[in-house]
Order: sequence, then structure tokens, then C-alpha cells
Amino acid sequence: MAFRDGPFDQLKVPLAWTAAVAVVVALIASVLMIIGDRRNDGGAHGYGPVRAGVDTVLAPIGGVLAAPVRWAGSASDYIGGYFNAVSENRRLRRQVAELEPWRDQAIALKNVNARYEAMLGLRTEPPVAMATARSVSESRGPFANARLLDAGSSKGVRIGNPVINEHGLVGRIVGTTGGVSRMLLVTDVASRVPVLVDRTDARAILTGDGSGNPRLEFVRGVGSIQAGDRVLTSGDGGGVPRGVPIGVAARGIDGTWRVKLFSDRGAIDYVRIMLFEDFGQLVDPEALNTPPLAGLATAPAPDAAQTAAIGDAAARRARQTTAPATASAPGAAE
Amino acid sequence: MRRPVAVRVVGSFELVFRPALIAIALTIVLATPVELFGLTLPEPVLPMVLAFAWPLIRPSMLAPAVLFALGLFLDIFWGGTLGMWPLALLAVYAVVLVSRNLLAGQETQVLFVWYAICTALAFFLAYLIVSFDAGRPPSLLALLLQVLPTLLLFPVADWMVQRFDDGDVRFR
Repeated sequence: MAFRDGPFDQLKVPLAWTAAVAVVVALIASVLMIIGDRRNDGGAHGYGPVRAGVDTVLAPIGGVLAAPVRWAGSASDYIGGYFNAVSENRRLRRQVAELEPWRDQAIALKNVNARYEAMLGLRTEPPVAMATARSVSESRGPFANARLLDAGSSKGVRIGNPVINEHGLVGRIVGTTGGVSRMLLVTDVASRVPVLVDRTDARAILTGDGSGNPRLEFVRGVGSIQAGDRVLTSGDGGGVPRGVPIGVAARGIDGTWRVKLFSDRGAIDYVRIMLFEDFGQLVDPEALNTPPLAGLATAPAPDAAQTAAIGDAAARRARQTTAPATASAPGAAE
Repeated sequence: MRRPVAVRVVGSFELVFRPALIAIALTIVLATPVELFGLTLPEPVLPMVLAFAWPLIRPSMLAPAVLFALGLFLDIFWGGTLGMWPLALLAVYAVVLVSRNLLAGQETQVLFVWYAICTALAFFLAYLIVSFDAGRPPSLLALLLQVLPTLLLFPVADWMVQRFDDGDVRFR
């Protein structure tokens, strides 16, 4: 017996009721998804295969859409540069004259710093490898500030890598696939970056809130910050290397301390992903497990000059240890 | 003699799928990282138009399902909390569905006021969810910069209601 011949053939449910049932089911599903979402937990599980798949598909489309915009920008820059060549030349000459004393000072300070490091036996952080990427799509709303980058795990990009542009810190990687990465901007409401104030070395947490200027929270110390202070990454926690420039401190209209980002000085177009993971990558885990004197077996034999220097140092040390003993011997006899 | 009425059937594709696809395409286009003179493209919540217009035109089971999918797309594409925009959009759909009899045949100004109230409700829900999820409330100024372009989309919703309402005489 067909359904329409049965007792329900005259049953007519109003469209609004069926729609209401569908709405209730979908609302329940939405609430369950919100409860189950682990976007802010960090790590790979916050970036599931669905997000990765959608990003992989949409990134090339964003790249195609962004290309004409980039060409138009380059063309306008070229034309602008042609017409403003004289004034720009004057400005650059002035800038070079201002920067030359700084360059000399930087060279001198670098030299002195290297000597201090050698004297103190400091082990400085090794240079961080970088991967260049292009921003192909962005979200700018109050609830999410993120960008898609056209470089992924095939270039060594991993979750947690900090991202900079030519001016300063931009964000960090929160998801990556083979050729695409998702970057969370420092302005996102879920972003937290440990920072320091350059002038006083005071620590704070840079907290995004969806606006262009993130807040400085948990500022330690009284009078440790004032308008115009440079804010850098502190490197605390090991997520970001120390000393990456972020911006300048300023009072917000709500009275809180905020940061004018250096990265806002230009369009965030090409960025560099710092392939820096955490302190763990600076030390080879295997090296920690080797015996302390394992290197002696492979150390090259000292040459003649080194042998002479070692012998000379040993003889001098022996003389120093014996001389006080002989000097104190008569006193002891008395 | 009574003349036969020409029945113009507005199908699901014309009413639901095509506008949804257009909303997705426009969302992707508006996410292009363009910055001219320090200004970027606006980022309105385009499916808000559909969440408002669909229940007014014709209630259906398909529309909430598509709206749910659109909300999920926004969450994934923008990188937000999963389930946030489906909830906000479906809340708008539910409110308009309940007040459908009240709104049918009303003036455009009344519809705009209702659209503004629904948009405010959706953004309030999203604001609450993000505040709890991220542990701090988002900036109200940034919120305003997304609410305003979304409100400016009202003419599109009004056009859809005028265009499709009573387009199918079977639902009169």
C-alpha cells in the first residue's frame, strides 16, 4: 500500500511548523558545535580537517582575486614613484644623513656586545630560519582577525610559528596544510602575546580585541610605561623569540594602554614566517642524552702551538700552587 | 468566463540555492586583502539578508538547513568559533518566522526596523559567544564597523521580499 493511500493521506502540516522544527534542530546542532569547538585550545586539534580542506580550496581563489589588486597597487606605486622622484630623493638623502651616525653606533655596539657575550660566556639564540609567504585572504571583523597565507607545511611552517612583516610582528600560525597556512593576527580577540616595554623592561600581555590597536594588560610595576614607549616581544614562554618589534604604547580613548602596531604602517601583503617553534628547537634532544665527555674521543689532537700553550699554562698553574706553599713554609716553621 | 491564472513556480534553486551561492561568492570576494589609502573592504554578514527574507517569503525546511550551512561556512572561512554564525542566523530566522503574520504586507520602514532589531539580536548573540569563548569581549567599535555594512544590506532583503513574495500563487 502506498503512503498516499494510507491513513496519513489527508494529513497536512503547515509549512511554518515544519520550518520551525527544522530551525529547532539546527539551533540545537549549533549550540552543540559551539560547546564542542576547540579553536582556542591551540595545537593541531583546534584546526580540524574540515577547516584545513576549506582553506586549501579557497586559498587559490583568494590568490587569483588578490593578484589584480596587487598589480594595480604596483602600477600606482610605479607611476607615483615616477612623478615623486625628486621629492622622494630629497627625503631619502635626508634620511640617509640621519641614519649614518646610527649605523656607526650600531657597528660599535655590536662589537662591544660580542665582546661582552664572549666574556660572560653567553649562549645567544641562533638565527631563525624564515619562509616568505603572501596573504591571499583575510577576515577583519570584530570576532575573527585572521589571514590565509600561501605557504604551508611543505615549506616547514608549523603551528605556533610567529609571522612578521617588514615593520614588526603580525601574528602567529594557528593552522597549516601542505601549501596553505592560517595566521591569527595579534588583533584577534583570542590572541595573547607576552611583551616587554623596551625602556623599562617591564612585562605585559598584549591582548587583541578585534580593534586595530590591541590592549596591554597585566602591566607590571608603577610608572613602567608611558606613551611612546617601544613594545617588543619578551620571549617569555618560548612561543616567540625575544625582541621582535610590535609597536608603540599609547593611551586608548577608554583609558587603557594600547599599542599602535608597527605592522599597520603598510599593507600586510608579503610576510615572513619565522620557523621558530619554542625553546625546544634550540637544543637537540639527542644532544642532551649524550654523556658529557663523549666529545673528547672525537676532538682533534692539539697542534704544536696549542701543545706549547697548554704546557705553558699547566706549568704556570703548577708554579702558582707551589709558590704559596713554599712561601708559607718558613712561617709555619717559626 | 474566468481566465486561467498563470502559475509561476519559484523553485528552491531560484529562492534558496542561488542567493546562498551568491552570498558565498561575495563573501570570498570581500575577503580579498585590498588596502587603498589605509581603507579595507567592508565585511558585512551577507547571509543576514537571507535569514531575514526567506521566512517572510516562504517558510520551508530547506532554508534553515541552508542557513546552517552558510553559517558554518562563515565560521570556517573567517576562522571563528564553530557554530556561532549558524546560531545567530537561525535565531534571526526563528524570530522572523514567529513574527511572520505581523510583518506580512508591512511598509518598508517597518521592515527595516525589524531587520535592524534582528541584526542587533544576531550580533548580540555572536558577541556573547565570542566573549565567553575568548575570555574577553571584542571591541565595540570593531563590532559597529561590521554591523553598519550589514544594516546597509537591507535594500537587498527588501528587494528579495518584493521580488519573490507571492511569486508562487500556491502559497497565497
